[in-house]
Amino acid sequence: MAKIIVDGVEVDVPAEYTLLQAAEAAGAEVPRFCYHERLSIAGNCRMCLVEVKGAPKPVASCAWGVRDCRPGPNGEPPEISTKSPTVKKAREGVMEFLLINHPLDCPICDQGGQCDLQDQAMAYGVDTSRYHENKRAVTDKYLGPLVRTSMNRCIHCTRCVRFTAEVAGVPDMGALWRGEDMEITSYLEKALGSELQANIADLCPVGALTHKPESFHYRPWELTKTDSVDVMDAVGSSIRVDSRGREVMRILPRVNEAVNEEWISDKTRQIVDGLRLQRLDRPFVRENGRLRPASWQEAFAAIAAKVKGTDATKIGAIVGDLAAVEEMFALKLLMESLGVTNVDARQDGTVLSPAYGRGSYLFNTTIPGIEDADAILIVGSNPRIEASLVNVRIRKRWRAAPPPIALIGENADLTYPYEYLGAGPDTLTELASGRHSFIETLRGAERPLIIVGQGALARPDGLAVLSAVAKLTQDVGAVTDSWNGFSVLHTAASRVGALDLGLVPGAGGLSARQMAQGGVDVLFNLGADEIDIAPGAFVIYQGTHGDRGAHRADVILPAATYTEKSGTYVNTEGRVQMANRAAFAPGEAREDWAILRALSDVLGRRLPFDSLNALRAKLYAAYPHFAAIETVQPADGTAAIQALVGLGGTLGREAFTSPVKDFYLTNPIARASGVMAECSALARDLKLEAAE
Amino acid sequence: MAVRKLAPEELQPESFVFSPETEAFAQQQIAKYPPGRQASAVIALLGKAQEQAGGWLPRKAIEAVAARLDMPPIRVMEVATFYTMFNLEPVGKYFIQFCGTTPCMLRGAGDIKRVLEKRVGDQNHVTADGTFSWLEVECLGACSNAPMVQINDDYYEDLTPENFEKLLDDLAAGRPVRKGSQIGRNRSEPHEAVNTLQDPSLYDGSVVGAWRKRFEEQAKPAETGEAEAAIASVPQEARAAKPGAGRPIESEAADTPAERVKQGETPFNPVDQKEAADPSVATKGKSHTEEGARSAPQSSKSYVASPGAGAVPSSPTTPNAGTPPAQSETRRDGSESKPGVVVDKDNMTS
Repeated sequence: MAKIIVDGVEVDVPAEYTLLQAAEAAGAEVPRFCYHERLSIAGNCRMCLVEVKGAPKPVASCAWGVRDCRPGPNGEPPEISTKSPTVKKAREGVMEFLLINHPLDCPICDQGGQCDLQDQAMAYGVDTSRYHENKRAVTDKYLGPLVRTSMNRCIHCTRCVRFTAEVAGVPDMGALWRGEDMEITSYLEKALGSELQANIADLCPVGALTHKPESFHYRPWELTKTDSVDVMDAVGSSIRVDSRGREVMRILPRVNEAVNEEWISDKTRQIVDGLRLQRLDRPFVRENGRLRPASWQEAFAAIAAKVKGTDATKIGAIVGDLAAVEEMFALKLLMESLGVTNVDARQDGTVLSPAYGRGSYLFNTTIPGIEDADAILIVGSNPRIEASLVNVRIRKRWRAAPPPIALIGENADLTYPYEYLGAGPDTLTELASGRHSFIETLRGAERPLIIVGQGALARPDGLAVLSAVAKLTQDVGAVTDSWNGFSVLHTAASRVGALDLGLVPGAGGLSARQMAQGGVDVLFNLGADEIDIAPGAFVIYQGTHGDRGAHRADVILPAATYTEKSGTYVNTEGRVQMANRAAFAPGEAREDWAILRALSDVLGRRLPFDSLNALRAKLYAAYPHFAAIETVQPADGTAAIQALVGLGGTLGREAFTSPVKDFYLTNPIARASGVMAECSALARDLKLEAAE
Repeated sequence: MAVRKLAPEELQPESFVFSPETEAFAQQQIAKYPPGRQASAVIALLGKAQEQAGGWLPRKAIEAVAARLDMPPIRVMEVATFYTMFNLEPVGKYFIQFCGTTPCMLRGAGDIKRVLEKRVGDQNHVTADGTFSWLEVECLGACSNAPMVQINDDYYEDLTPENFEKLLDDLAAGRPVRKGSQIGRNRSEPHEAVNTLQDPSLYDGSVVGAWRKRFEEQAKPAETGEAEAAIASVPQEARAAKPGAGRPIESEAADTPAERVKQGETPFNPVDQKEAADPSVATKGKSHTEEGARSAPQSSKSYVASPGAGAVPSSPTTPNAGTPPAQSETRRDGSESKPGVVVDKDNMTS
């Protein structure tokens, strides 16, 4: 710790702090453009100039360490000033320079109203310009379907260059030429290859990079902001949903150090148009092989007629990837009251189950915990496309001080180097038997992290693989009292909540696969679109989009997406988070729990709640940990590992493949989105190009 | 700076592969840096690749360097576009870098430029036969031999339109040409006659400390108005005198005049003196030390000491609302960051 006096206030800060951080610690505001606390320091915008006592001229506070300051003549702490006339003048001068070439575009600029340059020019600039000269003109660059450029506005802070190189790990942006001719561009103006590229438009302090899909659609002050949580993957990124009227206009990241820091993936951000396209806005009933619009009463009557004539063993329910805990709880209660045991929330066929303890299916290490790991083994997963922000954490860990990282599964580009051990279970056996030197690395590590993905678990020998990984975990001592290195990476937002609720087949119950392949006569499908249901069964589809599930349905009950309802989601770590309603569902679509409540009435099994609050009260009484929003209830790791090791089983020979085939098209909302389709086509082209 | 751009696609070669020589050079350069720091060799490799590709960097060469150094192509592209010595478009077999900076300009670079425009055409334009292209560059550091051009790796100096035309003819015809000065001068030695640095007193040690003596002499007869004015222009808040300040650290040099005096010899080697004073090689020149002592010119545009507290403006540093910054009473030049100093805006202090 080092003492420093900021504007007469003495503060004690870590010596490695920069003056800017020290000033913030002392409560002084320092304007900046190029400095960003999650990127490396560039020091090129000069907006953060402060006066250091004893220094002949103002210094850039973002690039000057507290430990680099000289003490006073009698050993007093170094003194800086952020409010002196010199500083004011320096800021005015810098601002004037920045505005020499910045166009007066604000009325037609999408950044207007959320622009750092605009705000800081108001706060720290002067009110007139002394320049008569022409401004420089720069050609706009093509950066792909997500980022629109207007390079005249660029002030060369290089945040976008640093983000793509450092955080995203796909270094395809750079600053070409020099001096006044400097231009920010991607290599040969190709589309950016990162799945996090849209974050550069958030980072841009001016309007040079803006979001292309939503450009010219809104002004930021028109939007209603709702804090929510993302359901595109199992990370549960914190987001802010901005809506105008009934329509969601954009999705932005929220800072959440425990989950997504302040980034979100492109899928999380840009599925906005998918929320209004292909929507189911009224119930449908299939008659003579064709779906026809119907009223809720007709739809319920059709269901009731079918359910009443069917034995409970021939009824089943499958839960999809986007369901919130509330409706899953309602469905569970309804199925229990009907005496149905054929309930499964694992449409991808994964073998995880609450039977082996909560610790057997959580990402026990937690996402921030990745930063403490000192050796990482990834089994059957491609975290870059399955959980982009988990991959960002691993990359962050790798950048801090590269730990040994190894992978068994698909040999994909994860943006950081790793030791590729092999493709399938054979390699896992080899590793466990000590034929790979990496086992020694894991044994030697104090806090080894073993990530096992759905690519290794959603397969017939999944249990054996899980058991083998658990054995390995035990073997290398990855689960101790202070460290749990056994981590399961999920791909579905609903999965952990469903497993917490115990939505797996009961005694004698059928699994999702068995039900889909004709094991039941009446199948209740709560938004499961990634599973093919064989002809024969009467399918009730409750969901949001006209996707695979709706096409196969006999009755369609239109429901609300995650932005249109208040729902609890549990992410892969077991973190309970709440999504809030930002808009209303279209047409006659209703919130899922309300549909189930109404249906239960028609079926003569009225569910014991009339409001969401009553439902939650019941839910929290049965499962108290859902009440602890934003927290992770740690699971008993040792017991879970013990249970898994006991399973044993024979490993197959097939290689592990990631369950996510196309990052941009993993769920019905994304498949409805035109932007995602464009991204997907582009990514395919890039992949083909790379393969050449 | 000239507008630079990448060569159009039709001029880009299909491929670029390091020649064995370039590869050997690359290995040698990379070996200079610690493992994992191979990217430090990027400029050297780009230079060599440019040499191999015929004086310019095709895109494939940039990509080849990126692959060789395990760098993203954009990082190499940044370097290649930053430095103007990397040509991104094809150049002639003889790439003429013409110096147009002030010394060359004063010595007739304009005529040389006209020759280039007549013979070769516009800048960045290769002649139809592929022999020449030219580019105006900033100072190449051969000012004493101005005007000059650099053709590929060599300097051609002391140009006149005539000898430059001949030089280009010879190059185009493949005849041998003379590098360096085109008027038979040896490097930057005096041409025709020595006419500077001939005053013997420069070499006898007598000028050492002369400025101080002159200063003291000037300070004594302060009767005339002129001398008063001279004193008034001297900084009032003079710093404490440090007699040794600004002098080189004294060391035992081999053949300085002072050393010679110490050794009991004449301060100046008579042979050298005779040579230097030889009228056949030197023209007559007068040393400024021979004339009456003058004070060194002082620029009143620099900061001068504050004549007193009254000079500090009492108005606030922020301008009044509505005042255009250019007409503002307050200082907008950063000078208030120097306490005790005012800017003499009107150049009227003395």
